[in-house]
Amino acid sequence: MTQLAPERLPAAAPQPPVPESTGGDRRRRPWHRRLPTVALYVVLAIMTLAILLPLLWIVLTSFKTDFDAISRPASPIPDPFTVDAYRTLSSGQQPIFRWFLNSLAAGALQTTIILVTASLGAYALARLEFRGKRIVFGMIVSTLLVPPVIFLIPNYLIVQNLGWLDTIWAITVPGSAGAFGIFFLRQFFIGLPLEIEEAARLDGASDLRIFLQIVLPLSRPALATLAVLSFLSNWNDFLWPVYVLLSPENLTLQPGLSVLSGAYSTHFGIVMAGAVIASVPVLILFTLAQRQIVDSVAASGVKG
Amino acid sequence: MADTLLSPAARTSRSGRPGAPRRDLTAYAFLAPFLLLFAVFVLVPAVYGLVISLHRWNSLVPIHPFIGLQNYIDLVTPGSLTFSDFWSSMRATGIFTVFSVPLLIVVPLLAAVLLNQNLKGTTFFRGVFFAPYVLGVAVIGVIWKYLLDPQAGVVNHLLGLIGLPDQTPWTVDVPWAWVSLVGVTIWWTAGLNTVIVLAGLKGINADLYEAASLDGAGTLRKFLSVTLPGLRPVMIFVTTTTILASANMFGQSFLLTQGGPGNTTRSAIMYIADQGLAQGNMGAASAMSYVLFAVLAVISVINFRIQREKA
Repeated sequence: MTQLAPERLPAAAPQPPVPESTGGDRRRRPWHRRLPTVALYVVLAIMTLAILLPLLWIVLTSFKTDFDAISRPASPIPDPFTVDAYRTLSSGQQPIFRWFLNSLAAGALQTTIILVTASLGAYALARLEFRGKRIVFGMIVSTLLVPPVIFLIPNYLIVQNLGWLDTIWAITVPGSAGAFGIFFLRQFFIGLPLEIEEAARLDGASDLRIFLQIVLPLSRPALATLAVLSFLSNWNDFLWPVYVLLSPENLTLQPGLSVLSGAYSTHFGIVMAGAVIASVPVLILFTLAQRQIVDSVAASGVKG
Repeated sequence: MADTLLSPAARTSRSGRPGAPRRDLTAYAFLAPFLLLFAVFVLVPAVYGLVISLHRWNSLVPIHPFIGLQNYIDLVTPGSLTFSDFWSSMRATGIFTVFSVPLLIVVPLLAAVLLNQNLKGTTFFRGVFFAPYVLGVAVIGVIWKYLLDPQAGVVNHLLGLIGLPDQTPWTVDVPWAWVSLVGVTIWWTAGLNTVIVLAGLKGINADLYEAASLDGAGTLRKFLSVTLPGLRPVMIFVTTTTILASANMFGQSFLLTQGGPGNTTRSAIMYIADQGLAQGNMGAASAMSYVLFAVLAVISVINFRIQREKA
């Protein structure tokens, strides 16, 4: 049996088969036995509303006037419905669409750096035998447990000495040195079948060719998942960009939101419009790749 | 079956097999780009931070004299410049961790059990519960600052409509600020732990439940005797990562309460970042980050020992 999907493979964890459908029980069970199922759905519905209603309220508020956003009694429906908040943001003092582009560029750049460096390194750790392998792997894994605050001050000085303060390099390159990507891909590569690589090696293929033409194409799902996770984490990064980005036009959306919240502290509609703009891309990404994101995160505990 | 027999032969020159040909040069060529980044932004700063902490290092002053352990001594000397602010920030982080971690374990555990009942639509609910986690802390901070605003916020408004007090100072006074910080964090990250615990539940052997049923075990008995022991490794992981995450709390305080009232809810990370990067007091801030690291390491070890002994 060629095991294409090893048990620890995050993106491919299959759902166990459902032994019996609740629909089948429904006919046999009297009503008072069905009560628990109804109660469970009620609890699930309440939890769902507790998550979705605040988000919906924010979206609706972004279409309200300043007065409407704080008027009493509060109504969920904007009256009048207006896009003034978005208009103010696009023409006002705070260059939010510049921040949006900065966030996109930083997310794309960091994702690219991680995919290239982590996949190359993971191939060596998964497939090659070399001196110092245990030490290298041990060092990388052990940093997974070190709180990031340790690196805050020294990395600030390093970035400063490289002349990277207030540039895209500051918010992409140090963040690409994390252990997660290389660890994640190593797990995946180990699970790939060896037979094809063996055959290629017997035919005289080099490691680089095997990596580029066999391992990478077989790893598309894992690479896609890592790309999405890397982009999300860069997009949402907050503390580091707050301190290493200085000029207003170089900010990304997350520190930008903090600036907005200070500049428009009583204009809730405008701040909420900013929050919507900062959330739409990640929510779209999440909707498209929900399964990959959730499964890969879920697997982190099972294999840990 | 056949490949089980074949696999030893197929595994020539493979990693892990003693005597496999070494390809040091190739391997390090593959690793070089990552190791360069790792060395410059992980290994070097880990040591550099220690060096900084041994100097009187103010970024506004060009000379940084070596002062040995003085920055650390200051942190444990009452009356020093940093003593009371640092420990009050450690206290804030401690309070937040003590109240958030148990809730961030119990709520996801219950939610995961709920999602594991073979109900229809669980994939949808799982996605919804997880969704807030993909939003950044800045988004979470500004939207809840509005929702929880004592005057303009809809939370107080709704509470008033159902006859409860409608003037609660959610973001500007304690203990309410703590309730808000913990509550918002649960709203934001409970879904993360839920999907991890859910994956752990799916991994428990169904035969164990069947055997327990045959022995006449009820629902509660099965939960205590099959579910909880089966979840132990996952729960150790979740507890460890949640403690680390809560101890690193920054954005919620920074945006929701601005560390206030006074500096009551200013977390350790918030104080370290402010001292080191905004005030330029880098030597002291580096020392603080190593003290925080040491405290967390001790807690992690204790947590790991306790949970393993239960096994």
